[in-house]
Amino acid sequence: MSNATPANSTVTVTIGAWFLALLWVSPLLYAFWAAFHPSSHGAPFGLFAPLTLDNFREVLAAAPFPRYFLNTFLLVTLILTCQLVVCTMAAYAFVCFPFRGSEVLFMLVLIQLMIMPEILLVENYRTLAALGLRDTILGMGMPYLASAFGIFLFRQTFKSVPKELEEAARLEGANPLQILLRVFVPLAKPTYVAFGLVTVSYHWNNFLWPLVVTNSVETRPVTVGLQVFATVEQGVDWSRVTAATLLSVAPLLIAFIIFQRQFVQSFMRAGIR
Amino acid sequence: MRDSRNVLYGSLLLLPAAVLLWIFTYQPILTTLYHSFFSTAKGKRAAVFIGVDNYARMIDDPVFWQALSNNVVYALVTIPVSMALALAMALFVNGRMAGQGIVRMAYFTPTVLPMVAVANIWLFFYAPSHGPIDQFLGLFGLGHNNLLGTPNTALWALIVITIWKEAGFFMIFYLAALQQISPTLIEAARLEGATALQVFRRLTVPLIMPTTLFVMVNALIGAFRLVDHVIALTKGGPDNSTTLLLFYLYEVGFQYWDTGYAATLTVFLLVVLAVVALFQFGYLDKKVHYR
Repeated sequence: MSNATPANSTVTVTIGAWFLALLWVSPLLYAFWAAFHPSSHGAPFGLFAPLTLDNFREVLAAAPFPRYFLNTFLLVTLILTCQLVVCTMAAYAFVCFPFRGSEVLFMLVLIQLMIMPEILLVENYRTLAALGLRDTILGMGMPYLASAFGIFLFRQTFKSVPKELEEAARLEGANPLQILLRVFVPLAKPTYVAFGLVTVSYHWNNFLWPLVVTNSVETRPVTVGLQVFATVEQGVDWSRVTAATLLSVAPLLIAFIIFQRQFVQSFMRAGIR
Repeated sequence: MRDSRNVLYGSLLLLPAAVLLWIFTYQPILTTLYHSFFSTAKGKRAAVFIGVDNYARMIDDPVFWQALSNNVVYALVTIPVSMALALAMALFVNGRMAGQGIVRMAYFTPTVLPMVAVANIWLFFYAPSHGPIDQFLGLFGLGHNNLLGTPNTALWALIVITIWKEAGFFMIFYLAALQQISPTLIEAARLEGATALQVFRRLTVPLIMPTTLFVMVNALIGAFRLVDHVIALTKGGPDNSTTLLLFYLYEVGFQYWDTGYAATLTVFLLVVLAVVALFQFGYLDKKVHYR
């Protein structure tokens, strides 16, 4: 009796889990279905309608998606590179060079966890205009170049590095920069991977601030490009909107499917405080 | 000697972060407050000090109140529902079962997609008469609904999208928490004769309480921070039924270019976030059972 109960509930749980999973992916599956079938001014589609790539061809002919991808790529690279450098330096300062008041400074940094730059977009737009950086990729990235989340995460990791390792390196005559690069950074590699994946997917997907700042094909990231395309096409041709949508998520989605385990583990690592 | 060295190295290392955070976080918080007491500059007329006029206007503004109440409904529904689903998902994929990896991926995939893309997928889903949802409702003779175009249903349509996108994200944190509960603890409880439900209520729930707090605070911030789907799908309409606070702020600031009033709305949003922060640090931290 006591053996039978868990086995039974496992079957129920498995069925429940699969049902929910099916429900969860169905919007995506339906989008795939629509994107690869000829448009008949929207659904309903015949179940055996021929497959086609025409929708994707039309989308690429109608909107400069390759350029949008390039812009997103440049934006994400800029943000990630700067965040890694800036946050590593700050975290190193908090852990290894504490001085009177540095704890207070750290508390101040944490404010940005709550109040992210998009909340302050009116003032940040004003600042950007004053700097002459409207409609530039640098301007689009600037509010995010220092990340409180990154500083917090790297500080936690650096704190767990054994003091002896740091001491040993110093006795061998290593200077502070060498200690950082040879002791702390290598030991924090998993944290860097985790932070990198989280920040790349965040900024690949970011929309509101880029929408406000950008105004041209040369700067627009793919999220804003998709929105511009969809606004024109909405209600006209569903298949093309869905094809454009899938096109714009494809790189991240493919990367996610290949590195699924790393993604999930990185998000877990970044979330545990 | 050592202290002054620390001050020197420490402040040099902190300098880039400090400058960037000052320009794009602290300084705008202060200037928002300042600008909220000024009128909006128009043409050659510069902004003038108008005291609390913008605040008085906000209190008399029915759209502001509508946005606030929409946002409260939106938060009160999306947060508990997506958290409950996230916990269920985490419990589902925590145990061993066939196709565990695929199921987990199915739950998590919406999270890696941009909200704008998600919105466009659902736009298709919600399409009147030939969208899948309307066709399904049509089977029961309830078809021909414009779910996004009707004031009574539009906000709920957005709520469904948000839950779909967020639940898998929160699942990850619950999964991490569940994996840290020692199996011997659960076995011991089972030997004492506890049912699965008792184990869940007496053991699992208290042990994952810190995660629940973390997820809740994140979800609260998210409910006030993410309006991409509003912009993509409804633009706040119909009749402001889907206007959320940040969307209204965006509309006032960048569609009407009324920056003075936008600053006032920003101050309100900052106060909301400050309350969330105080709630986290002050009240909830004491209520949570830590191990």
